[in-house]
Amino acid sequence: MKKHLTLLATAALTASPLMAQDLTVTSFGGAYGAAQMEHMIQPYMDASGVNVLFEDYGGGIAEMKAQVEAGNILWDVVDIEVIDLERACAEGYLEVIDQSMLPAGDDGVAAADDFIPDALANECGVGNIVWSVVFAVNTDNGPGPQNIADFFDVDAFPGNRGLRKRPQVNMEWALIADGVEPEDVYGVLSTEEGQARAFAKLDTIKEDIVWYDSWSQAPVLLNDGGATMVQSANGRIFAAIQDDGAPFEIVWDSHVYDLDVWAIMKGTENVDLAMEFIQSATMTVPLSGMQDVAYGPTRRSAQALLSDDVKANLPTAHLDEGLKADGIFWADYGESLGEKFNEWLLQ
Amino acid sequence: MKHFPAYYTVWHITGHYGLRVVAFLVLMFLMLPIVVIMPLSFNAEPFFTFTEGMLTFDPDAYSLRWYQEIVDDQKWRIAIRNSFVVGIAAALIATTLGTLAAVGLSSPWMPYKRLITALLLSPMIVPLIIIAAGMFFFYTRFNLVGTFTGLIIAHAALGVPFVIITVTATLSGFDRSLFVAGLSLGASPLKVFWDVVIPLIRPGVISGGLFAFVTSFDEVVLVLFLAGPEQRTIPRQMFSGLREQINPTILAVATLLVVLSAAMLFTLEVLRRRSARLGGAG
Amino acid sequence: MTDNTLDPEDARNAAREVRKRRLQAFIFVVPLLVFILFAFVAPITTMLYRSIHNPTVANLVPETLTALEDWSGEGIPDDATVIQFVADMKRMANDRTSGQLADEINRALPGMSSVIKSTARSLRRVDDAEIAANGVMLLLEANDRWADTATWQALRDAGPIYSSSYYLTAVDLERAPDGSIGARDVQIYKQLYTKTLKMALIITVLTMLLGYPLAFFMSQASDSLANFLMVFVLLPFWTSLLVRTTAWIALLQAGGVVNSTLIWLGLTDEPLELLYNEFSTILAMTHILLPFMVLPLYAVMRGIDSSFMRAAISMGSTPLGAWYKIYLPMSLPGLSAGALLVFIISIGYYITPALVGGTDGQMISNIIAFHMQVSNNWELAAALGSLLLVLILVLYWLFDRFVGTDNLKLG
Repeated sequence: MKKHLTLLATAALTASPLMAQDLTVTSFGGAYGAAQMEHMIQPYMDASGVNVLFEDYGGGIAEMKAQVEAGNILWDVVDIEVIDLERACAEGYLEVIDQSMLPAGDDGVAAADDFIPDALANECGVGNIVWSVVFAVNTDNGPGPQNIADFFDVDAFPGNRGLRKRPQVNMEWALIADGVEPEDVYGVLSTEEGQARAFAKLDTIKEDIVWYDSWSQAPVLLNDGGATMVQSANGRIFAAIQDDGAPFEIVWDSHVYDLDVWAIMKGTENVDLAMEFIQSATMTVPLSGMQDVAYGPTRRSAQALLSDDVKANLPTAHLDEGLKADGIFWADYGESLGEKFNEWLLQ
Repeated sequence: MKHFPAYYTVWHITGHYGLRVVAFLVLMFLMLPIVVIMPLSFNAEPFFTFTEGMLTFDPDAYSLRWYQEIVDDQKWRIAIRNSFVVGIAAALIATTLGTLAAVGLSSPWMPYKRLITALLLSPMIVPLIIIAAGMFFFYTRFNLVGTFTGLIIAHAALGVPFVIITVTATLSGFDRSLFVAGLSLGASPLKVFWDVVIPLIRPGVISGGLFAFVTSFDEVVLVLFLAGPEQRTIPRQMFSGLREQINPTILAVATLLVVLSAAMLFTLEVLRRRSARLGGAG
Repeated sequence: MTDNTLDPEDARNAAREVRKRRLQAFIFVVPLLVFILFAFVAPITTMLYRSIHNPTVANLVPETLTALEDWSGEGIPDDATVIQFVADMKRMANDRTSGQLADEINRALPGMSSVIKSTARSLRRVDDAEIAANGVMLLLEANDRWADTATWQALRDAGPIYSSSYYLTAVDLERAPDGSIGARDVQIYKQLYTKTLKMALIITVLTMLLGYPLAFFMSQASDSLANFLMVFVLLPFWTSLLVRTTAWIALLQAGGVVNSTLIWLGLTDEPLELLYNEFSTILAMTHILLPFMVLPLYAVMRGIDSSFMRAAISMGSTPLGAWYKIYLPMSLPGLSAGALLVFIISIGYYITPALVGGTDGQMISNIIAFHMQVSNNWELAAALGSLLLVLILVLYWLFDRFVGTDNLKLG
């Protein structure tokens, strides 16, 4: 029997050699991950012959930080929200990217002019999508909330609220719901009083919040009745409506729009391959493919490839109702507000 | 109607049947959750509950789509392979070292027996989260985090106590004079161990190895802390599936795992009976 | 036996023989011992060490810390010290290490993270001559908290490589700048330990209440019935923990089996919130740990001669009275083994609370994982883990003393 086990182990080891995955790309999974797989990863694998291991994570910088500080770099390329990018770059978790190596758009316009300015604003990332944090309701539950103040009004709109378990966006929404003008939000949030005010507003719905860790859970919660309204990346809700016919509705009021970028983990051995992947994934056609999940492209040349019915659902069609996520603010305050947020959660 | 002794009052009889009812309910509590997920894994819809069609046994309400998804998904395929590779390697290390140690520990001459036994059994008692944190700090220094080697070493350490317990139990029914006889005939301890001891304690060794394999096969906390994307195992894949996106593929995997545990249980029972027949304790 | 009857030569031989046999036995254990020392003991030791050892700040700003040694601790330090610190900040901003300092200081003085990071960014491109000339002014302009004595005290106090501060935090205490120890503003961990113990206790009691009658019934049953019923205990025991947790999620979630059944029966209109709270954690853990109670109980009960109890009943004792006076004391070893086992395992449980616990079902292991993976406060995680380890070892010692690890039986 022992002999059999040894044989079995040898067989398992040789029959399927522990093939080294050539490149590990980490993103957010779900409908967004599926779109990236189809338009960015698979075409790259087909063209280059490189094997990509496509990982999911829940966002934030903790996992990158752990990898860099312990010196175990497990990822190569990571899709990161700009709200976290400034911090990850300033704290040395990401490689600086030579943006001059990016190819021109399909219409021949040089990358520096083809990309929208925000997409190349940080030296550690290359813009990938324009997206937004919105909240969505399940229309099966009757007339739902129309604005962010309604979201915080548990008397008028009872039911659970699904929120992502981190301070980002939640603090902004709390202040807007409490009457702070969107343009003043980050100024107010820089003060102790402003932070206390945001927590006090969150306290009013604390009992009704269902916390989730990953964007993929938002449409699930809304679908199975775990929450009657959820915070979500707009594309997840769009995909649920479009693909599964889910009875969801996006509320654009006070949405917090942002970019996602591709970035390279500091210290990875595959820097060159990672750069090659980013060059491929941020070309005009792959970027335009993100319209599957209603995320806007970061290249102007990709705008032409968008279908008309998607355009109305892109965050860029609703900019006047929204607030731009401030990555610099969160680079400075992410740590201290994160600690306060966690202590608040445990109280 | 069962015949009760004459001195039994109505209360005694109520107690007699009450006990049966309670025992039955507790067994249901143990089994039902595991049984319920099996039909759910054949749900044609992406829900975690019985649809109307399922309850009326409409054949269209059932499907194998979630099993197909396991086969189609590269992540599940890698996870299944990794689980077996890590589990078998960890079990081999734990069984080899554990069996040798169990022989030493059951010798009446073993020094510091109590202390060493407690030390070797401690991986079973220390909470996994503490082991995981410690291993993360320590293995990092040897670049073992994010490698198969690191994960296999970690899982082997977890499996050791089970091997020691089962093999020691088998050895307690083992006649030590055979060992002494072998030595007095001039054989080296290792030769006696290999030719005399091992054949006699084989059932205990195998069940210890199975325990070690299952320990690794089920383990997820150390995987969460020590494994990289390339070392994802089945439980790790289930963990992220449950956290991030609940979809019935997990129920299909769970059903397969229940079948696998039933097979293991059966194997162990056979081993136990054989060992009992050979006169050792199991 | 007296000494003078023993030939010294024989005694030496006997002693040599004993040594030889002890060595022979020991040699068998050596490979595993070495393996366990490397794979298991060294990691645990590293964690214990990490809970008091943190050289981050000392490595980041060594010169500033040396200069701060001469500071009186009142007002702000002298210009030379401050300028040294400004130069360090510029260097860290360009090395991208200012975030590490910010994390460390923020733990002592909440809010400092943003002060340090924004200051570092503002100093990134200032030239060295300017810093040497106007360093103090630059710093005070960057943020007015640099004028606070407390800021500099926090920096100084973060300097030592060895510190007990993580243990203080782990029991909700903090050291004031004057060295006195007081309660922290936010009380979290003591309450969490209490809650973990409470949940473990509830789970232990529940497994006793469910496991005792079952084990008793099985011990009274015929061999074939008992063996058959044993399958129902062992199959869950052998089934993956993740599978059992998955099962409870499928049963308890808003659109799950239990809620659908309740709605179908008309017992409720709205799905009840059964999942992601303390209730679901306790329920799932009771289910998962129940076999650990039943197995030792059954092993002990199987050996009890129940004729004593029948005798007592026939002599007029009530069944309950007979059970309490006769059977319970005899089954106590099994009960205490099961209880200690369940209690020890549940105190350190991580996976089930993480998956079904929501916010209020979290236990101490989850907060350790949180500090390992989310807040990256590894030293605090190590301190919390060390306290948990001590608790477990005390319980393990009790277990060994009263039950004996020799009596551990599997399946």
